[in-house]
Amino acid sequence: MTEERRDLLVLNITDNVAVLKRAAEAGSRQRIGAEGVLEIGVPLEMGHKVAIAAIAEGKDVLKYGVPIGVATRDISPGDHVHLHNLASRYTVIRDWEAEE
Amino acid sequence: MTQQVMQGWLRSDGRKGIRNTVVVAYLVECAHHVAREIVRPFEGQDVHVIGFPGCFPNDYAQQMMEALCTHQNVGAVLLMSLGCENFQKRRLVDFVAQSGRPVELVSIQKAGGTRSAVTFGRNWVTEALAQLSDLPMVEMTPSDLVIGTICGGSDATSGIAGNPAAGRAFDALISEGATCIFEETGELIGCEHVMAERAVTPELGGALVETVQKAVRYYDRMGYGSFSQGNAEGGLSTIEEKSLGAYAKSGASPISGIVKPGQRPPGAGLYLMDVVPDGAPRFGFPNINDTAEIVELIACGAHAVIFVTGRGSVVGSAISPVLKVCANPETYDRMAEDMDVNAGRILNDAAGLDEVGGEIRDKLVGLANGLRTASEELGHHEFVLTYKTFEPLGPACLPAVTQLDRPEIRQTPSGASP
Repeated sequence: MTEERRDLLVLNITDNVAVLKRAAEAGSRQRIGAEGVLEIGVPLEMGHKVAIAAIAEGKDVLKYGVPIGVATRDISPGDHVHLHNLASRYTVIRDWEAEE
Repeated sequence: MTQQVMQGWLRSDGRKGIRNTVVVAYLVECAHHVAREIVRPFEGQDVHVIGFPGCFPNDYAQQMMEALCTHQNVGAVLLMSLGCENFQKRRLVDFVAQSGRPVELVSIQKAGGTRSAVTFGRNWVTEALAQLSDLPMVEMTPSDLVIGTICGGSDATSGIAGNPAAGRAFDALISEGATCIFEETGELIGCEHVMAERAVTPELGGALVETVQKAVRYYDRMGYGSFSQGNAEGGLSTIEEKSLGAYAKSGASPISGIVKPGQRPPGAGLYLMDVVPDGAPRFGFPNINDTAEIVELIACGAHAVIFVTGRGSVVGSAISPVLKVCANPETYDRMAEDMDVNAGRILNDAAGLDEVGGEIRDKLVGLANGLRTASEELGHHEFVLTYKTFEPLGPACLPAVTQLDRPEIRQTPSGASP
């Protein structure tokens, strides 16, 4: 049983991901507020995101209280959330005519 | 939040300055050295050099110089002209004189060259400082404040700690009746629709989206990509996530309007400054560095600017203090003398976002009570002003007013040549 750590920062109470304040080891047990503890599966660097709730494929990933993209597969609490399971919804609107 | 006595200098337009600076402004690069020589003996006092390097006139630069020379933190203005540049100097002199400030225009050619212009200028500044020291101070409240925010030298800590803390400070100040301005639409790509939902009217929301789309087109033309491999290595997954990190500086208050550089927000609340020029790209990058953005925020009336950094910027500014917030604990330890707020405490578990946001707010208020920023103490008075072209604000940009005090941003004459 490893000690509980508090390396995760939740930026908004509605978020389903938290961000690492510092590097975290694989298998580290992270406390999120009063609610609970989750285990991180892989070693991660500062600034990377960890799911703090289950996020079903097709659902929004929320950070800062707003969507930062859509889950491209089912995500479990403790999972690393990054390019392999999160995709942008943003479609750049360009004025092609002006660029000609 | 702590209650503090705030004092400032009352100007003829009713605004109150937190500094009483003498500005020495060169009206073309040819007069820059003379301006720099004039202020040299006044090191450590609030005597700052600003200026416009170009010889060809530009309406944006003219309006910026008018706004800066009549900024509430400015008490007196010395204009240094070579003599033959095309800047509309008489118009600037008249504009400053109408504000009641002491103003003088010196032509280096007429004065007889460098040394005599420098001697005249130093004597004029000495007299102006004596005159300004007699000006009485009046009481201020946080509602008098106009505060801008930018981020530069950013890293992963900026988006998760520094910028959200700056946003908390904005929310606190806006709840006290202050005016706050955020900017850089090129860094808001992907969150324009989130931003639009905070607009006080649907029409303003549409205008906010348009400012970001304009930035997309402009930066595309500059060949400037927004999302890099380094961003992904730092943990950022999407363009909207990256932009939200910068957008976090704006806090959570409703957005009251859009202004363009040199235009003052008409009332309290939160405003977006649209920094990207209108029309086809003509003069290169919208803002060539952080200082160009700081100067535009100041020209919109900012008493002070919050500067969030992670990798460690050292800049200050002419005219208005720059309060530097550093969220990277290692950078803070290494460069503490250049920083004002240690937001690295958020990542060290020593403080929460609200606590650091409160400290930023308190220090901004403290600037009107004797506090000076690290960059002021170190003598940083950076200044940059370049060419741009803007069109007037659209009708949806300022829902709270039907008429601006200075609605016109004039079109730059194309290919102007003497």
